[in-house]
Amino acid sequence: MNAPTQRPSLEVRGLHKHFGTFHALKGVDISVEHSELVFVLGPSGSGKSTMLRCCNRLEEPDAGDIFLEGDPVTGKGVDLNAIRQRIGMVFQSFNLYPHLSARRNVTLALRKVLGQSRDEADARAMAALEQVGLADKSENLPAALSGGQQQRVAIARALALEPQVMLFDEPTSALDPELVGDVLAVMRELKETGMTMLVVSHEMQFAREAADRVIIMDDGQIVEQGSPERIFENPNHARTRSFLSRVTGGA
Amino acid sequence: MDQLIEQFFNIEIMIAAWPTILRGLWMTLAICAVVIPMGLLGGLFAALGMLSQNRALRWATVGFVDFFRAIPPLVLLIFVYSGLPFAGLRLSPFAAVAIAFLLNNSAYYGEIFRAGIGSVGTGQTEAARSTGLGASQTMAYVVLPQAVRNVLPDLISNTIEVVKLTSLASVVSLAEMLYAADMARSVTYSASPLVLAAGIYLVILWPLVRLVSRFERRIAH
Repeated sequence: MNAPTQRPSLEVRGLHKHFGTFHALKGVDISVEHSELVFVLGPSGSGKSTMLRCCNRLEEPDAGDIFLEGDPVTGKGVDLNAIRQRIGMVFQSFNLYPHLSARRNVTLALRKVLGQSRDEADARAMAALEQVGLADKSENLPAALSGGQQQRVAIARALALEPQVMLFDEPTSALDPELVGDVLAVMRELKETGMTMLVVSHEMQFAREAADRVIIMDDGQIVEQGSPERIFENPNHARTRSFLSRVTGGA
Repeated sequence: MDQLIEQFFNIEIMIAAWPTILRGLWMTLAICAVVIPMGLLGGLFAALGMLSQNRALRWATVGFVDFFRAIPPLVLLIFVYSGLPFAGLRLSPFAAVAIAFLLNNSAYYGEIFRAGIGSVGTGQTEAARSTGLGASQTMAYVVLPQAVRNVLPDLISNTIEVVKLTSLASVVSLAEMLYAADMARSVTYSASPLVLAAGIYLVILWPLVRLVSRFERRIAH
């Protein structure tokens, strides 16, 4: 892996995205430093998931530049598959492959993208499943796992590729409340290992405790950003205040 | 009553016709062994063509599939066997059957595969692509295994249809089972060989029909 450089781990500059006539992203700039956990909050439809999905080009940006460790993600001549294996992504609906066991969900990309042998891939997959506390479920199909376990397998699947940054797109929104904690615990442990993380989520309490920085988005733009204490205790913008009061129930 | 049994269920005639019908059965199985895998492969390509990003390819395959689903297979077979010689292309009965069935089967299997691929959520593709898998790897390892599972009853149903349709080959004098049974009928002046052939179709296809019903029940819970 690269030695820490002056450049941020993930850098987004002047990002624009239209869906038909809807201008979803109106010039978004974000940089995520090494080992930083950045939380993106905002009302639904604010463009935060679109922004995240542009980072590995599941959505193709209309304008703007994205860099991973200084390497361009956007633009002509980029080897998209090579860059994507350096960017892990975790989805709201888990998206585990239902026909493959937990272990084989993890090994598929190791075998087919990294070209690892079966033994190598299995060892790496078991280590990743161990890290999310599910080594004992390695042979289970996703349907035999709870939602929280499925999401942890999905994290292991991304983690096994040893990405330089992990993107989380509302990772706990589809979970029953009692299952959220296990996923957040895994994310917290990931942060402790120094993983760089960009998280779109509504988990306010978790943002407050674990995030290094919080970004508030609304209407396709960044409203403000800062430490969780400052954003939650002392927001500068009326839009931030109205959003926070809505999601925290008017507190 | 005895006369009826004599005409339709004459065991002696059936035994006498058995070697002929058995040869016909082998030919029927040989046709199936060629046209089913070819049709499945052609159908897979047709489905991928219909789902292609390339508009020209997409329209061409949709046109192909519509056309060959609308043409009666018997018309197609007679055209390939008896029509193409007017363009200087004379095919053996087996080759004519193989080509006509490839075109017909590819269209039907293609529609089934297309529906199957469409039944796999986009989240699956996104998850696979996000790990660096390419488009064709994603199709091969993530989408298609799920797609086939989702439309397995339809694939088997269509395969049953294909087996039944192989009897059309009798019109181009390919000695498959129906042709053989009808030959035996004309020699023995008895319907019993036809009953025997029908019975063999039943024995081959009935388990598959049951299998489809079981799948469908399972899918409907």
